[in-house]
Amino acid sequence: MSAVRRVLRTLFSVVLTFLGLTMVTFFIGRVIPIDPVLAIVGPKASVETYARVRAEIGLDLPLPVQYWRYLTRVLHGDFGTSVITSQPVLQDMLNVFPATLELALLALFIGVALGVPLGVVSATQRGRWPDHLIRLVSLFGYSMPVFWLGLVGLLLFYAKLGWVAGPGRIDVGYEDLVPTVTGLLTVDALLDGNRDVFINAVQHLVLPASILGYLSLAYIARMTRSFMLGQLRQEYILAALAKGLRPARVVWVHALGNAWVQLITVIALTFGSLLEGAVLTETVFSWPGLGLYMKNSLFNADLNAVLGGTMLVGFVYILLNLVSDLLYPLVDPRARSRA
Amino acid sequence: MTAPPLLTVRNLRVTYPAAQGDIHAVRNVSFTLARERLGIVGESGSGKSTLGRAIMGLVPRPGRVAADELRLGAIDLRNLGESGFRRLRGRRIAMVLQDPKFALNPVMSVGHQIAETHRAHVRGSARAARRAALEMLHAVRIRDPERVFGLYPHQVSGGMGQRVMIAMMLIADPEVLIADEPTSALDATVQTQVLAILDELVRGRGMGLILISHNLPLVASFCDRVLVMYSGRVVETCGAGALRQARHPYTRGLLASLPELDHRRDVLPQLQRDPAWAEGA
Amino acid sequence: MSGAGLRAWLLDPVPASRRQARIGRWYRAALAFGGNGLAMAGLLIVLALVLIAIAAPLIADPQAATLQSLTDRLQPASWAHPFGTDELGRDIFARTVFGARITLTIVALVGLIVVPVGLGIGLPAGYFGGAVDAVLMRLTDIFLAFPRLVLALAFAAALGPGIVNAVVAIALTTWPPYARLARAETMTRRDAEFVQAAVLQGASRASILFRQILPLCLPSVVIRLTLDMAGIIITAAGLGFLGLGAQPPAPEWGAMVASGRQVLLDQWWVATIPGIAIFITSVGFNLFGDGLRDVADARGA
Repeated sequence: MSAVRRVLRTLFSVVLTFLGLTMVTFFIGRVIPIDPVLAIVGPKASVETYARVRAEIGLDLPLPVQYWRYLTRVLHGDFGTSVITSQPVLQDMLNVFPATLELALLALFIGVALGVPLGVVSATQRGRWPDHLIRLVSLFGYSMPVFWLGLVGLLLFYAKLGWVAGPGRIDVGYEDLVPTVTGLLTVDALLDGNRDVFINAVQHLVLPASILGYLSLAYIARMTRSFMLGQLRQEYILAALAKGLRPARVVWVHALGNAWVQLITVIALTFGSLLEGAVLTETVFSWPGLGLYMKNSLFNADLNAVLGGTMLVGFVYILLNLVSDLLYPLVDPRARSRA
Repeated sequence: MTAPPLLTVRNLRVTYPAAQGDIHAVRNVSFTLARERLGIVGESGSGKSTLGRAIMGLVPRPGRVAADELRLGAIDLRNLGESGFRRLRGRRIAMVLQDPKFALNPVMSVGHQIAETHRAHVRGSARAARRAALEMLHAVRIRDPERVFGLYPHQVSGGMGQRVMIAMMLIADPEVLIADEPTSALDATVQTQVLAILDELVRGRGMGLILISHNLPLVASFCDRVLVMYSGRVVETCGAGALRQARHPYTRGLLASLPELDHRRDVLPQLQRDPAWAEGA
Repeated sequence: MSGAGLRAWLLDPVPASRRQARIGRWYRAALAFGGNGLAMAGLLIVLALVLIAIAAPLIADPQAATLQSLTDRLQPASWAHPFGTDELGRDIFARTVFGARITLTIVALVGLIVVPVGLGIGLPAGYFGGAVDAVLMRLTDIFLAFPRLVLALAFAAALGPGIVNAVVAIALTTWPPYARLARAETMTRRDAEFVQAAVLQGASRASILFRQILPLCLPSVVIRLTLDMAGIIITAAGLGFLGLGAQPPAPEWGAMVASGRQVLLDQWWVATIPGIAIFITSVGFNLFGDGLRDVADARGA
């Protein structure tokens, strides 16, 4: 496949998925709800008011026209106004998203930094006790409801042991002490050189990030193990051993080097599921991110905000797919020469 | 020949435990290898590849290797352990595998893979390893070593891939090379080329070569001596020139089923097998 | 027939009839599965869950599950309340036992939606190929690219909370992999000789799809479903935790954890016990599914 065709194909699929995403949110927002007009005008409005408002928000138009309008608005970054905050939803989301990102990035780091080595060890020790132990740890991880693990974690490490700080992103006394640059509180505190804020932020971050990190570790370790078992059966492993390389080098350089090709997709998927898991984790930890924002909107019937959040997470999903496509050539020379 | 053999094998056995009783992949095989080219022929499943791997200490778990005598020069290979074997592999004894498409690491450049063997056995800088790898690429008659050094396995042809494989296995100067079906995955025209390079290097460096193949004529024309294996056992040993006078019914059967240019046969003879051969009758 | 004779009949490498061959194949699979300790543990957990759900009224007092008794609020474990009581004085043991019914209902309903939808899209896509395949698979890819919990959340938000809506929301984001699986299985069998034989006999396309190909796709679809069960249970519990699943006073495990959150620090058992129930159930399904897959892989290899 030529480079041009490859790029076109990827773009085509990105555009199509994006259209699908907007169609679904449009469908959820405009077709399913009982009566959006009624929600605005209230049950006591006259028939005339009702009809006027209905026309104003374009509900008298045919569905395709309504969708087209919706799509144009979305493409201009207009997700409507939040009922709770009276601010544009996009503005709200930009405010809260960095908190989610900070949590998800640290969790992903924990998941990859521990999950990949554990998966490798599990595969090379197949059938022996380290393998059994790692598989058990990982089985528990993907069998555990994250919200429950969060609560148990709070109970143990915050309430009983006092090792970490409680819910929230930072203690009240430290709020707004450092200027917002990246939106990632720990990074901003470092940039500002404020040690106290940094330490306090880390104390808040470490438990929710570890819990999300454990869940991604479980999945990444499981997939790494299965990819590594596949690679260790290959002929080039035999050749590498016949050359007289150390087994450690054969495993960590040769086999893992090939397993990375498959792991990239897994890591992208994990990052996506971390953003999702944030809805539950942020609820448990009162973490002021996108998940908590969506959850609060949900209970205040703020459909614009909920759908905006859905769209944002969906959009990040599409981006992740794109990024993992673009990263392939870095680890796989076969993809390089195809591109 | 008065020089001590490079490799001595006496009553080598390889067993895999299985639910229905042990599977004997190699049964009491004995031979010695001097500075010569020894061919091992047999059908697939005859244990010839397992034999090669057993000598390299590369029989995977849960397979077991046992022998009354297994020596590389003066070194006893039987209780060597993994780290002892590692120092010998590549340095004193190496192995060329069948298909470079699978036997070369797809995400590492071929030059890097050759230099890696050098670095595993010879102290020195990365630059020295690179220089040695380029010389080795030249030695396997690759015209533009600098360019080929940076190529990845999927970018080289089968014949070139196999030459890379040979370079990778010979760069640390081993004295014994086991070539396991080194040309079976290649086009017929490339086969002779690769064999010629292999021959030149093995002779030039005074090495012992074990050529494992299912291809009887190839082994007969290329090697000095031939072992014929059937069901894990050596059923015949003879000089390559004397193959036509082979006595064992299995060898005769193999010879008889070869196509011949000078006269047509209407019925292809069927290879007869007798379970008693496996028991050493 | 003696025990040994039956065993020999079952394991006969040269079965005398189709029936014997089929039963023997199942027997060998069962033997392989039974030899896997963890898989058997998973099966036991799943069976226990089903039994508890069916026999719930015999195990615990049905009224105790919803009966509020403010004088008995937040009691620790005792003989009368083995798992203690919650913030409304309800017996947590009874609620946990009856919660098994809700969990199994959700899982079963999701399975009942997802399998037919997945097959309905995957079979024609794999069998007809071409434009049909392209359209159906694009659709599948779009849904596959969606964030699962978030989409379920949006659906639940639009449809209103409730167990049926939670099921629909989960099903909507679960079916795509089934369509892909069914498509792949169909494509490998589309040109098989027994299919060509059926074509020569004049079988219609529908009959080939339903009678020849569908039965062969079912095993892998069922295994996939078993592997997904734990994920479905956890997602459902998550929706319940957010208040989007079964509505109070129904004893849904996720909602029970949520209600225990307020009293977590002093009465830890209120939130912890239902969480353990979710955890054990999903471990059971994961082990069971892994075991089934191993048996299937070994048979395919």
